[in-house]
Amino acid sequence: MGVLIKNGRVIDPSQSLDMVSDIYIQEDRVREISKRIDTPRKADTVIDASGQVVAPGLVDIHVHLREPGYEHKETIKTGCLAAAAGGFTSIVCMPNTNPINDNASVTEYILLKARTEGIVNVFPIGAITKGEKGDELAEIGEMCEAGCVAISDDGMPVTDSGLMRKAMEYVRPFGIPVITHAEDTGLSAGGVMNEGFVSTELGLRGIPAASEEVGVVRDIILCELTGTPLHICHVSTKGSVRLVREAKKRGVKVTAEATPHHFTLTDKLVYGYNTDAKMNPPLRTQEDVDAILEGIADGTIDVIATDHAPHSQDEKNVEFDLAPFGIVGLETALSLSLELVEKGIITLDEMIKKLTVAPSEIVGIERGTLVPGSIADLVVFDPGMSRTVKAGGFFSKSRNTPFSGWELKGVVSNTIVSGKVVFSRN
Amino acid sequence: MAFSKKHILGLGELSAEEIKIILDTAESMKEISTRDVKKVPTLKGRTIVNLFFEPSTRTRSSFEIAEKRLSADVLSFSASQSSIVKGESLLDTARNFEAMGASIMVIRHGMSGAPFVLARQISASVINAGDGSHEHPSQALIDIFTIREKKGRIEGLDVLIVGDILNSRVARSNIFGLRKLGARVRIVGPATIVPEYFRDMGAEIFYSLEHALENVDVVIMLRVQSERKTLEYFPSLREYSGLYGLTREKLRLAKEDVIVMHPGPINRGVELTSEIADDPGAVILEQVANGIAVRMAMIYLVALGESL
Repeated sequence: MGVLIKNGRVIDPSQSLDMVSDIYIQEDRVREISKRIDTPRKADTVIDASGQVVAPGLVDIHVHLREPGYEHKETIKTGCLAAAAGGFTSIVCMPNTNPINDNASVTEYILLKARTEGIVNVFPIGAITKGEKGDELAEIGEMCEAGCVAISDDGMPVTDSGLMRKAMEYVRPFGIPVITHAEDTGLSAGGVMNEGFVSTELGLRGIPAASEEVGVVRDIILCELTGTPLHICHVSTKGSVRLVREAKKRGVKVTAEATPHHFTLTDKLVYGYNTDAKMNPPLRTQEDVDAILEGIADGTIDVIATDHAPHSQDEKNVEFDLAPFGIVGLETALSLSLELVEKGIITLDEMIKKLTVAPSEIVGIERGTLVPGSIADLVVFDPGMSRTVKAGGFFSKSRNTPFSGWELKGVVSNTIVSGKVVFSRN
Repeated sequence: MAFSKKHILGLGELSAEEIKIILDTAESMKEISTRDVKKVPTLKGRTIVNLFFEPSTRTRSSFEIAEKRLSADVLSFSASQSSIVKGESLLDTARNFEAMGASIMVIRHGMSGAPFVLARQISASVINAGDGSHEHPSQALIDIFTIREKKGRIEGLDVLIVGDILNSRVARSNIFGLRKLGARVRIVGPATIVPEYFRDMGAEIFYSLEHALENVDVVIMLRVQSERKTLEYFPSLREYSGLYGLTREKLRLAKEDVIVMHPGPINRGVELTSEIADDPGAVILEQVANGIAVRMAMIYLVALGESL
């Protein structure tokens, strides 16, 4: 029993592969990639991928699944469905659930739920500090043993630099990275959008670019001090791009991600007090967007990640100050990334790399590749086909997206996890 | 040109023409207030709700009087006695009043943009009576109306706004309105509350009150809003009032016929001395009186648009 994918343009940056070929998947493994594979067996599923791209399943290392605790926003089940619909076969979930994933029992609960109800792979991230309170270290060793692939206090940056240093030193022997939401909360306190002309006109409290950049600088310096690999979440400012670029040049073990919204939108979208334009870090200016695009092009930005942050409509349909930060991203990320290719910022191969092998390497998971013998996680998509984004039709439980109504290219036709077709669209 | 806006959310959204229509209408409304019977039947049978989610005495009283002079049925609601305490959302509260037949809602709220939440989702007309640090259109229209009355024009005047520009909705509305009508606007205050970004809104920035006062036609003093945490932006009220408090002596730097305005309530001895506040040249109480006429005009025009 297996799956035969015929005539697709197979792109796998992990083996520098880009050619029209057939792929044969047997059980849960990729068996063969070659120009022409015939003689499918009776029980085989045959997918005609003519005119489409076949790539390793996409990997998103920044997702909020909300379960346990906030099941009205998203569950592991619906989050996985949204992922599959967006072409993602592996998602890495942040620990800010309720309870916080700061100990092995919560990690095990998430993994159990994912095994029984999730249709894609779920890899949890453990908290750095107990309750993400920034006071004392969480049980990092046990969480690592239970299956956490990184640690992060995403959304609640560790303000005490001494504690952050201890966390980075402590985690080093476990071989997992620290993922930082870089922010100096003294500078951003009370802020709800980018500090600039738009916030001034709207009378909303601003989050200066400096608040992120001060955080980035601190964590880069601590990374140099401790030697622990550091991954910087959702880079949103020109200054952060420059700081990461300089650090990489010095040989610091730092990687960085950008979200589709930060490389696509600016803070002008907040006009009218649009709460679907409220996220942290906030949408910045065109100058920042241009710098992020440059960083994506020159490799300063290693990864595209969504920061998929579901919130219910009732929670978002309030005064701007009261609305929670965040937007959903799993079902629009591929199309928005394809825009980068369309605009000539990066090649299709580079785009796929930033969505597959690069993120897999950062969190050390054996995914993001189609090398024969590897686990058969794949996505088949038509990069040229257009669609209109309809938030109402999302598989995610939440609809908080600023992209509803956008006409975008890129339609996922099949998502395959461990050799099984978990999502298909005709 | 007719006024065709359904809502009045801010002067940033109004054209110069629309602002002039409101000012002209306010002039006719002012005449009503001089009559023996200060009432016209224009809005008989209409229900107006004043939703005040933030304490306010003068703005709310002024709106209520304006509404009553137009013969509307008026219901005022303040957050302290409200269901907000019970956790009801802004939108649900407004929808309740809408179900009771309110066709105009006047809203005062501590958060910027709150009136936009209503305007987007309810069918009643919305008038912004002050939202967070965003806009306070009725107050700015009163200021502009009063200036026009005193000076006969707005175009070409030099207007100085003093104080907490960053957190002030009165400042933003005045900058939008005055610039649209052709005045030059200067702003002055401690650097922490006079951000550079205001330059892009068309204001000229000063940090010295003495320099800023030179040859101005109008001075608008902002209130030091201790409830809005203004105090964390400068060391002490004492230092603030020494640097930015308006005294008779400093005022001599302005044009001879300068007028001094204050949206109130005044912190005497902080923003300005009592001798200025009580000076016959100060127009602070005239502003209050004009407030009723301007608010009548706003309500009347919105109601007119709604019945079209």
